[in-house]
Amino acid sequence: MTGLRHRLSASLPPVAFGLAGLALWESLLRITDPRGFVLPPPSEIVAALVDNWSQIWTGTRHTGYVILTGLAAGVILGVLAALLVTRFRSANETITPVATAVNAIPIIALAPVFNAWFGLISPHSNQAVVTVLVFFPVFINVTKGLTQVQPSQIELMRSYAARERQITREVRIPNAMPFFFNSLKIVSSLSVIAAIVAEYFGGRQDALGPMIIQSAGLTRYDDAWAAVFAGAMIGIVLYALAALAERLAMPWHASVREAAR
Amino acid sequence: MTECAVRAEGITKVFNQGRPNEVHALSEVDLAIEPGEFVSLIGPSGCGKSTLLRVIASLTEPTEGQITVYGKPAEQARLDRDYGMAFQHSGLFDWRSVARNIELPLELMGWSRDKRQQRAREMLELVKLGQFGDHHPAELSGGMRQRVAIARALSFNPSLLLMDEPFGALDEMTREHMQTELLRIWSETGTTVVFVTHSIPESVYLSSRVVVMSPRPGRISTEIPVDLGGRDADTRESPGFFAKITEVREALRAVEGAE
Repeated sequence: MTGLRHRLSASLPPVAFGLAGLALWESLLRITDPRGFVLPPPSEIVAALVDNWSQIWTGTRHTGYVILTGLAAGVILGVLAALLVTRFRSANETITPVATAVNAIPIIALAPVFNAWFGLISPHSNQAVVTVLVFFPVFINVTKGLTQVQPSQIELMRSYAARERQITREVRIPNAMPFFFNSLKIVSSLSVIAAIVAEYFGGRQDALGPMIIQSAGLTRYDDAWAAVFAGAMIGIVLYALAALAERLAMPWHASVREAAR
Repeated sequence: MTECAVRAEGITKVFNQGRPNEVHALSEVDLAIEPGEFVSLIGPSGCGKSTLLRVIASLTEPTEGQITVYGKPAEQARLDRDYGMAFQHSGLFDWRSVARNIELPLELMGWSRDKRQQRAREMLELVKLGQFGDHHPAELSGGMRQRVAIARALSFNPSLLLMDEPFGALDEMTREHMQTELLRIWSETGTTVVFVTHSIPESVYLSSRVVVMSPRPGRISTEIPVDLGGRDADTRESPGFFAKITEVREALRAVEGAE
């Protein structure tokens, strides 16, 4: 009960601040930019969202699909590569330079090239952009978590005559969990950006990216913003899921215990 | 003649051999420890006391020399799980509850769940943390964490307990309390203990023998037997205690003066 009251009173300032911000945005724009060229007021974005609901919902599903599949593939590949390079020295010497080199390429700029590979209207090219972009932060962070283990913990395991596989399972993987979830939070928003920008260049034409381009081209900025809003919602939901998974997976961690207080 | 708990013969350890940053951590170290002894290694930093402990534990290979533990080569002793270890940083696993930390070595040794839990409860009683099995390490104080680490080190009845400045990060009051606890546990379990420290009173209070080491290259300079009988609160204020502290201090001073 006190916890709930505490939580309500704690969330009051940010909610009030958000509402005041929206009100200020609305009233300022009504005065300075009544035709909504620069930025439509929130009420018009909401109206555009309602008017185009079925179209935006379709776009959100398609873009969401690209994000989720690309994200899942990138995360899985990143974790697997991290496990490989920490376990085998030769894998480290092979994979790490390649991964670093690939990361140095501005991957978004590859979207048109991927379109040529996978077909202009195929979502696969967009998924590939998301996957490549997601891979690196996950790979780097998880590798760090798997290797930056307290030396005394490794020595302890060796004094128990533990095998390398047991050390990985009992020490390295749990140690990498906070790093993994951090990278998951980072790529949850990164993947939304990657998918929508990639969609500007090709992929399904009823996804959010083309919708934003077309609406902006027709100076229907309220529609464009409504689609941007939908993309933001995907990002927020993904971030919240990552945070929730973190909390469930490692209740012992200081960051989680602090947040639960 | 009974078999030695630890017999080190001519142990030399050189790090980065043949390179410009070559370090002679240990040179020609001979040491014999009887079963049930409590031996402290003391000396200025760089004297190789931690290295000697790691060589005994078979965590690092000596460059030259032989280590046997209860008649076996050190590596075999490690594979047979003869060692319990505790470090300055408790090395507890934050993601495991206190009880599950103590169970970890038992899990690796394939004990059944029931036996593990039973054993963890016994060990928590031994270190007087019976109420804290379900807590996570982050919720405990430094002294409590160190007691859990000791409970974990002893959980599988190792024949040799190796400790590297386990109380080094604790405040003086907690430290003295932990020393008393350790001696109680030692007398209850009868384990052989090798204890690295840089505190003179700690080495005298705990040990049946203090081994004084000198640096560059690390070697044993003196061994001081400590016969103070059963320790209690009065021991720390007894003339015999102070006399031994003076003896160890002078031995250490000689070591530093020799540089």
